[in-house]
Amino acid sequence: MADINLTVNGRTVSGTCEDRTLLVQFIRENLGLTGTHVGCDTSQCGACVVHIDGKAVKSCTMLAAQADGAEVLTIEGLASGGELHPMQAAFREHHGLQCGFCTPGMIMTAVDMVRRHGGQLDEKTVRHELEGNICRCTGYHNIVKAILAAAEEMGAGAKVAAE
Amino acid sequence: MYATTYHRPKSIEEAGQLASEEAMYLSGGQTLLPTMKQRLAAPESLIDLRHIDELKGISVEGRKVRIGAATTHFEVASSDALAKVCPGLCHLASLVGDPAVRHMGTIGGSIANNDPAADYPAGLLGLGATIITNQRSLSADAFFTGLFETALEEGELVTAVEFEAPEKAGYAKFRNPASRYAITGVFVARLGDGSVRVAVTGSGADGVFRHSGMEEALAGNFAAEAIDGTTVDAGALMSDLHASAEYRANLVKVMAKRAVQDAR
Ligand SMILES: Cc1cc2nc3c(=O)[nH]c(=O)nc-3n(C[C@H](O)[C@H](O)[C@H](O)COP(=O)(O)OP(=O)(O)OC[C@H]3O[C@@H](n4cnc5c(N)ncnc54)[C@H](O)[C@@H]3O)c2cc1C
Ligand code: FES
Ligand code: FES
Repeated sequence: MADINLTVNGRTVSGTCEDRTLLVQFIRENLGLTGTHVGCDTSQCGACVVHIDGKAVKSCTMLAAQADGAEVLTIEGLASGGELHPMQAAFREHHGLQCGFCTPGMIMTAVDMVRRHGGQLDEKTVRHELEGNICRCTGYHNIVKAILAAAEEMGAGAKVAAE
Repeated sequence: MYATTYHRPKSIEEAGQLASEEAMYLSGGQTLLPTMKQRLAAPESLIDLRHIDELKGISVEGRKVRIGAATTHFEVASSDALAKVCPGLCHLASLVGDPAVRHMGTIGGSIANNDPAADYPAGLLGLGATIITNQRSLSADAFFTGLFETALEEGELVTAVEFEAPEKAGYAKFRNPASRYAITGVFVARLGDGSVRVAVTGSGADGVFRHSGMEEALAGNFAAEAIDGTTVDAGALMSDLHASAEYRANLVKVMAKRAVQDAR
């Protein structure tokens, strides 16, 4: 068994699980944070993306034990108070979701993308960097639109601020 | 996934001591964990390499490059020091999988796995790199021995790769749009002594291979049209649901030309 200590969405949490427990299972089942989804068993869909120490990672392809000691940000940690994160607001505004299953992973991937590129995102880059996130509903157009809009709003300062 | 026991060593030595027939090294986990989830691998224990500082980082001294085995694809893709001497390898790393995979996956894991459609085997074979392990040094030519096969002995740990920065190098990849692995990828490098190396991934029936005909043609004239006169034997290539051997034979030439055109 593994003792896991993490900072999740700014809160210190701990728990015990089997060594083989995936981080996504730990987040959903031990911590009850079910915003992070599982959409495949081949590490390809991106529904499970969270940030580990500030970087987007597929939580279905990491053991909870590997993450021990790390800082984890999940979709639940993005909004502050009652206010949506600009990326969440942009997905709503631009109809970047239909069923919503892929949305948590899309948004976590998108926030990571803006962090790395700042306000200098263009459509080609967004599409290239969404390759690890699959959506069965939207056809991606509005997702791309939402990310570009949020990137602009979050501004060129985003990259610097995150570093 | 079957039960396993997780270890987190802090040094190469400690990792080596934990190695056994039933244990496997866990680097980025971007290949091993999906394989374990499908129960195609069931190691009794996992030796995590992500917390061993001596396995990480990129150093560039003059033209000499050293990349630690646990350095991620993202770190290679975004290294300014490496981009100054070998941007072709940064470009290759930026084409591996997707951003989340690049944040975790490592160069050591990629070459130890030697997937016939992986990118790094072509890069390192094309650069004529040296693979350093906790026991010895091997040339890339000796390291990659077949489909998912390498010269690594049981428990042997890749610690770093080293190479002389080439004069120019380029990588062109025709990706499978679903998996993002290479249906064909070609890495071309012109080395400091004027010789040229051409390494092909995604196509060979025995995994990554060098194409001597193209190497000779490009050594005489480092230009895309030099490839026109060369032939690629479809008999030595893979056929699968993604592409026939004949189609791949054509792709090898097309990707080689693009790699030459893009070489920097
Ligand atoms: C969705 C997806 C898309 C991908 N697309 C691509 C792609 O386009 N191109 C590509 O090349 N790859 C691709 N990959 C694979 C990815 O690059 C992996 O990171 C890589 O193949 C393995 O590296 P790793 O660090 O994750 O190794 P792990 O999965 O941790 O290990 C792989 C194997 O190597 C062994 N090993 C690891 N490190 C060492 C070491 N230092 N010494 C000895 N043995 C070691 C392990 O025991 C295991 O057998 C993709 C993966 C996914 C999930
Ligand atoms: S659930 Fe993680 S990639 Fe699909
Ligand atoms: S909105 Fe349904 S999967 Fe993306």
